[in-house]
Amino acid sequence: MRYKQRRTLKLLFIFAIIAFSLFLYYNYGINLGLDLQGGAHIVLQAQPTDDREINDEVMSGIVSVIERRVNQLGLSEPIIQRESSDRIIVELPAVDSPNEAIDTIGRTAVLTFRNSNNDILLTGDFIKDARADYDEYGRPVVSFTLTNEGSNKFENITREYIGRKIGIYLDDELLTNPTVQTVITKDKANITGYQSVEAAEKHAVLIREGSLPVPVKVVERRSVGPTLGKISIKKSITAGLIGLLLVGIYMMFYYRFPGVLAAVILAIYGLILMGTLAGLQAILTLPGIAGLILSIGMAVDANIIIFERIKDERKSGKTLKAAIDAGFKRAYRTIVDANVTTLITALILAYFTSGTVRGFAVTLGIGVLVSMFTAFFVTKNIIDLFTNTALLNSAAAFGVREGR
Amino acid sequence: MDILGKRKIWYRISIIILLIGILFLAVRGLNFGIDFQGGTLIEVKLDKSVGNEDVRDVLKEINVAVDSKIQQTEEQSIEGVIIRAKELNSEEILKIEEGLKASYPSAEMLRTEMVGPVIGEELQTKALLALLFASIAIVIYISIRFEFRFAIVAIIALLHDVFITLGIFAIMGKEINTPFVAALLTIIGYSINDTIVIFDRIRENMKLMRKTSFIELANKAVVDTLPRSINTSLTTLITILAIYLFGGASIKTFMLALFIGMLAGTYSSIFVASPLLVSWQKRGLSS
Repeated sequence: MRYKQRRTLKLLFIFAIIAFSLFLYYNYGINLGLDLQGGAHIVLQAQPTDDREINDEVMSGIVSVIERRVNQLGLSEPIIQRESSDRIIVELPAVDSPNEAIDTIGRTAVLTFRNSNNDILLTGDFIKDARADYDEYGRPVVSFTLTNEGSNKFENITREYIGRKIGIYLDDELLTNPTVQTVITKDKANITGYQSVEAAEKHAVLIREGSLPVPVKVVERRSVGPTLGKISIKKSITAGLIGLLLVGIYMMFYYRFPGVLAAVILAIYGLILMGTLAGLQAILTLPGIAGLILSIGMAVDANIIIFERIKDERKSGKTLKAAIDAGFKRAYRTIVDANVTTLITALILAYFTSGTVRGFAVTLGIGVLVSMFTAFFVTKNIIDLFTNTALLNSAAAFGVREGR
Repeated sequence: MDILGKRKIWYRISIIILLIGILFLAVRGLNFGIDFQGGTLIEVKLDKSVGNEDVRDVLKEINVAVDSKIQQTEEQSIEGVIIRAKELNSEEILKIEEGLKASYPSAEMLRTEMVGPVIGEELQTKALLALLFASIAIVIYISIRFEFRFAIVAIIALLHDVFITLGIFAIMGKEINTPFVAALLTIIGYSINDTIVIFDRIRENMKLMRKTSFIELANKAVVDTLPRSINTSLTTLITILAIYLFGGASIKTFMLALFIGMLAGTYSSIFVASPLLVSWQKRGLSS
């Protein structure tokens, strides 16, 4: 009776693990990296100028301006963080036109009013607000409002330059080059020359949210459109399933009934792995999927080591039960030593790399840990369930075949 | 089965493959991609097949990156092109996108990658550091769990696998990027993993069979673990092959590197690492 009770407990334990994994998976889901769901990853480096060097104040200034720009552009769930003393990482998931967004975000965006000699008459610092709008002729414009001080200066400038041209520049881009018709005493004026109100809106955001304290350079950028992400996910899932299936077939062919158990254990391993990834909120990248599929190989390996050990013990004349116990005991040590080295590599890889490759290292590491857990707790219990059945006692299972 | 007695044959096979690989590495070198060298890569989906020169005409029209390398996309289920250029700024990249969309309204940007030369240099340094630290950490771990000579031999086997992979990539002239570094690190993990399973058995036999000579007990360990070695590398290679054949184009190089590395790793565990232990032992006895 005690044996039967223990067996029920073991079965319950395995079901509990499966249920918990499924719970985690359905509750938290798997976070997809930018390369799978589409999005942009940008690394910006601040460039010191003649009169400003890079310090913490400058950097947090850049971060806050970029944050405001990103929010104003209506991009969802952005991540903006400082990476090092002079670098900032911007991640934009699900951005529709990443190239356009990056071009807008990375601009220094210093607005200047210049005369024909390129002397700066007024800067964007005196602008209070800027909005995209249509003027009285229905043309898209950026309508800006000046501060009180700016308004006074502007009045003086227009008085001085009446009948002459004043260029309005955003960085080095000439937006418009109108001839001053009258003295402007209002605090409002328009910048014309836009093809669409969307184009005007982009500049309005840049002018309104202010310029970056120093220019930034895009030193690295990777953007993936949603189509490629979908293709990658679909193909990886197909490839993973085919791989799992082939491995399962091979195991059943080679190990017979224990091989069937190995295939079941592999499926349970897959569930625990998904549950763990969901629970830890790990981010799955394309190399990460490769890492997962590879860790399947490690999970199978653990079972192969155990099975071969049990066979060896059987060969030396032990009973099935004794052989299983001794086989597991010896296999554990091998599995730990072999996996710890892989874990070391995964840890070092995660430390030294970033982005998608770190995703790979993290999933590989988690995969190895889960495969050890599966080997120690699931495989043993499942084998135990069948110890007293004819299925495991037959010569083909863990048996010593004739002529070997 | 006498595997370790014939160790000179196995050494020769390894040395020949390594020499050819190293020759190619020295003469032709590796084909570093934009992740290492810096540069821009733009992959565009088009709804019909468009010739490389037609795309170049578009670049000429907007006068951006005219001397780009243009090739057809490697992704099987779609039509499109890959444009490789030097480091471009945001404005130039945007111009290319707009230019292509003007000529081919259905054009869709699949991916855009730009890596500055600074980042490329950093990656090279980081990759080398990662390889170095991984090796050191593994030597320490194996020295603690086994013996120092086991650690040194395991590292030789590991370098063997890494150099064979590098050599074959140099021979094939395949472009390598960041994922290749990850593949190399994985190969290291696997190579060590594979070697340790055999070493573990040698360690055990050294305790159980005190009267047997080292070469005999080591050979027994190699032969006894042979089914495991073969089964494990077969199941792993099957999965890698499945991803290589059915997975997306972007992880093909990664998988190819793993495939070569795993093959080399299985070979080196059986035919390089364990024989080297025997050679070391013999040398130690004779001196």
